[in-house]
Amino acid sequence: MKVTLKVWRQANAKAKGEFVTYKDVETTPDTSFLETLDILNESLVERGEEPITFDHDCREGICGMCSLYINGHPHGPATKATTCQLYMRRFKDGETITVEPWRSAGFPVIKDLMVDRSAYDKIQQAGGYVSFNCGGAPDANALPISKEKADLAMDAATCIGCGACAAACKNGSAMLFVSAKISQFALLPQGRPEAARRARAMVAKMDELGFGNCTNTRACEAECPKGISITNIARMNREFLKAKFKD
Amino acid sequence: MSTIDSKIPEGPVAEKWTNYKAHQRLVNPANKRKLDIIVVGTGLAGASAASTLAEMGFNVYNFCIQDSPRRAHSIAAQGGINAAKNYQNDGDSVYRLFYDTVKGGDYRAREANVHRLAEVSNNIIDQCVAQGVPFAREYGGLLANRSFGGAQVSRTFYAKGQTGQQLLLGAYSSLNRQINAGKVKSFNRYEMHDVVIVDGRARGIIAKNLVTGKFERFSANAVVIATGGYGNTYFLSTNAMGCNCSAAIAAYRKGAYFANPSYVQIHPTCIPVHGDKQSKLTLMSESLRNDGRIWVPKNIEDAKKLQKGEIKGSDIPEENRDYYLERRYPAFGNLVPRDVASRAAKERCDKGFGVNNTGLAVFLDFSDAIKRLGIDVVRQRYGNLFDMYEEITDVNPGQLAREINGEKYYNPMMIFPAVHYTMGGIWVDYELQTSIPGLFAIGECNFSDHGANRLGASALMQGLADGYFVLPYTIQNYLADQAIWPKIPTDNEEFAKVEKHCVEEQTRLMNIKGKRSVDSIHKELGHIMWEYVGMGRTAEGLKTALEKLKELRKEFETNLFIPGSQEGLNIELDKAIHLRDFIIMGELIATDALHRNESCGGHFRVEYQTEEGEAKRDDENFFYVGCWKYEGDDNTAPSLIKEPLEYEAIKVQTRNYKN
Ligand SMILES: Cc1cc2nc3c(=O)[nH]c(=O)nc-3n(C[C@H](O)[C@H](O)[C@H](O)COP(=O)(O)OP(=O)(O)OC[C@H]3O[C@@H](n4cnc5c(N)ncnc54)[C@H](O)[C@@H]3O)c2cc1C
Ligand code: FES
Repeated sequence: MKVTLKVWRQANAKAKGEFVTYKDVETTPDTSFLETLDILNESLVERGEEPITFDHDCREGICGMCSLYINGHPHGPATKATTCQLYMRRFKDGETITVEPWRSAGFPVIKDLMVDRSAYDKIQQAGGYVSFNCGGAPDANALPISKEKADLAMDAATCIGCGACAAACKNGSAMLFVSAKISQFALLPQGRPEAARRARAMVAKMDELGFGNCTNTRACEAECPKGISITNIARMNREFLKAKFKD
Repeated sequence: MSTIDSKIPEGPVAEKWTNYKAHQRLVNPANKRKLDIIVVGTGLAGASAASTLAEMGFNVYNFCIQDSPRRAHSIAAQGGINAAKNYQNDGDSVYRLFYDTVKGGDYRAREANVHRLAEVSNNIIDQCVAQGVPFAREYGGLLANRSFGGAQVSRTFYAKGQTGQQLLLGAYSSLNRQINAGKVKSFNRYEMHDVVIVDGRARGIIAKNLVTGKFERFSANAVVIATGGYGNTYFLSTNAMGCNCSAAIAAYRKGAYFANPSYVQIHPTCIPVHGDKQSKLTLMSESLRNDGRIWVPKNIEDAKKLQKGEIKGSDIPEENRDYYLERRYPAFGNLVPRDVASRAAKERCDKGFGVNNTGLAVFLDFSDAIKRLGIDVVRQRYGNLFDMYEEITDVNPGQLAREINGEKYYNPMMIFPAVHYTMGGIWVDYELQTSIPGLFAIGECNFSDHGANRLGASALMQGLADGYFVLPYTIQNYLADQAIWPKIPTDNEEFAKVEKHCVEEQTRLMNIKGKRSVDSIHKELGHIMWEYVGMGRTAEGLKTALEKLKELRKEFETNLFIPGSQEGLNIELDKAIHLRDFIIMGELIATDALHRNESCGGHFRVEYQTEEGEAKRDDENFFYVGCWKYEGDDNTAPSLIKEPLEYEAIKVQTRNYKN
């Protein structure tokens, strides 16, 4: 099959970007979308041109490195899948596919399709942990945790930190991401002692870094490749209110 | 000839670690604050080491090539992590985990290291639970376990099919706490290009800021490399795209010995190769072998029809299926270690029984498990893996395919072995120190604990053991007198010299201005490696490989093309640096494989097998760690130094998984 790729090219953070159209890229239905970009890149290099820069690593949907707005959707048309898990059988022969970087105030473009997501690290650094030092932990089974709670915590912890939630949100809000981390810890007894402090610190950091407010459009949940639920946002709000009461 | 001191402590194997800790030198708290440690890598090994060292009071500089520490390749580990907790009361113990690991490694690992690994395994689980890692639990609220290959007990802890992710996020959370406290400085999108040695000790690194393209100098009292394995030498592997061996090769070029490079693990359950545009191979977790049964047709006619696409797996009735692992290895069945399972698949496919159009695939079937447990339970266990398989192949193994005489048959998966993990790595002593003082190596990038073959769920265990519980102690034995040494300023001439060399290397590659892309040469490297240095190696094939690799290196040096410039971000240039080192790595693997005239674990030499086709070790002549020393330039063959193995607790035997 052949597709036309309309790709955002931008030489660096300061340069003005533009769409460049690459016609008739040869691929097959069982080739992945990123492999199709590889094919295009290989042909660009053969012609002496610079290849398209994009982030990727595991290509298994778990590292959260890949991103891309494909035909107007973060991670493309498939639901609950990352860009690297997208296969060409999802597209029609001859289709024109538009490929853009995350467009969000929180994620400035570095080059072409690669963006800077270090804001997500900074939010985690503000409080996304349990405070204790290695070496002093009690026996793992000393603290039974109900399966329901553990499973819910696991669902929240499944977040891969890719940034699709903020990229999908018209307000550029990072609530889904932040709430997933806060929820994971709030659901587990290990995380309870610091729950209030954590919620306060992470939310404050998120605001400071210029992410927008949540107005419940649920776009984040719809586009999340890992199916993180917005019930996490409600849980975060509860934790945040509790933290306020304590102030 | 150089000799080698592995610094294994005195005493019975079960007491060595306790004795070591009781007598090693420690650094006092006031001095810890004065000491800087560079940790290169943020995978399980690097992140756990960086956070723990910082918690102890050292100042840590931590590097990774991804945009966040959380994205290190460890994130992709699926199946689980072993520990000797014996929560299932099935007879597990520290000794049994130790024994299984040594046996699984085909008696080529160091006893003392493996025992220590088994000893600290339980602390790892405690540590992770305290961090909030959401391991799978039973209804009673206690931790759940599953079984993995090479063991007859259920000792693997897991978090769905995302164990590596959860463990890494745990380590990343501890790391974040230390970054927040100012004890760890985190450098993302930075790549270490070289290590700086002053007066025979590692005193810093040169790293490239991948966004600006500029080199920067970092000085420290010790350098720890935690940069993962070299599986991507084969181009196609289950490793992430960015996995590389450049930091390890930089250390090797500076004089660190490289141990057992030929021990490469080929994992039996991966999605088969489908075309020449493929960029990587996808692992289907080993946990699938708990309930899945591996088979090919009994009759060659059926295999031929499958290859032509005339029939499907589900068309072949029970009595015409050959569950060859259960047939050959009744005691372990589908749960034999990876090397055994991989070779058995190759053997069937070589005989013409492969089940897809390339003839290079076997079936992994869940029909039995679904009959026994019901589809809901099977989906609960493996649903995400089934979906992942479907996304890639368009076939769902949980879907009913047909009924023959009332028997329900489900779509089987198709699987084939692929390069997955590297047991070999930078040589380290008991303290995890390389042959360069002050340079340490942890995690997959060292060679330490798995011998010639690694058991499933033991890499995560080793990475975290090294980072949380071993290195933070042993490094102090080295650092104890370092506080009195003045810190080396980065305008020191050695730093300048090494940085200049890094720049010149890039310029040299940019200036080749040939015709071939990095990937096209890397693919060729992969073909040579898979063909001649893969699952079945021969002396003749390995010699051919060495010749071809030499030619390929010449092709790389004279016909490479890198577009763009050295300014700013240049992904082709960064890949070219990796490829330069993969080629050297390929030569090392082939050299080691050619010298090791025996079959053991992941290294199978066709000339050395029993009549039944099992690996034949030669303990008389090869009971040692093969360490390779760089001889000054890439064109001179490395020299071999042997570290003899000494076993006191375990009797060295022929590995037997039959009964
Ligand atoms: C698909 C898959 C599934 C697996 N499943 C399991 C499992 O279930 N159980 C198990 O026990 N094992 C499993 N393994 C193996 C295990 O995941 C790895 O062996 C282990 O995670 C390696 O950890 P590490 O910390 O040594 O290195 P990695 O996680 O590979 O981390 C390497 C780090 O080094 C950095 N780095 C590399 N080069 C440089 C450089 N030059 N400069 C700066 N930084 C650099 C990277 O950015 C990264 O942070 C699996 C492996 C794969 C591929
Ligand atoms: S590349 Fe890792 S999630 Fe897509």
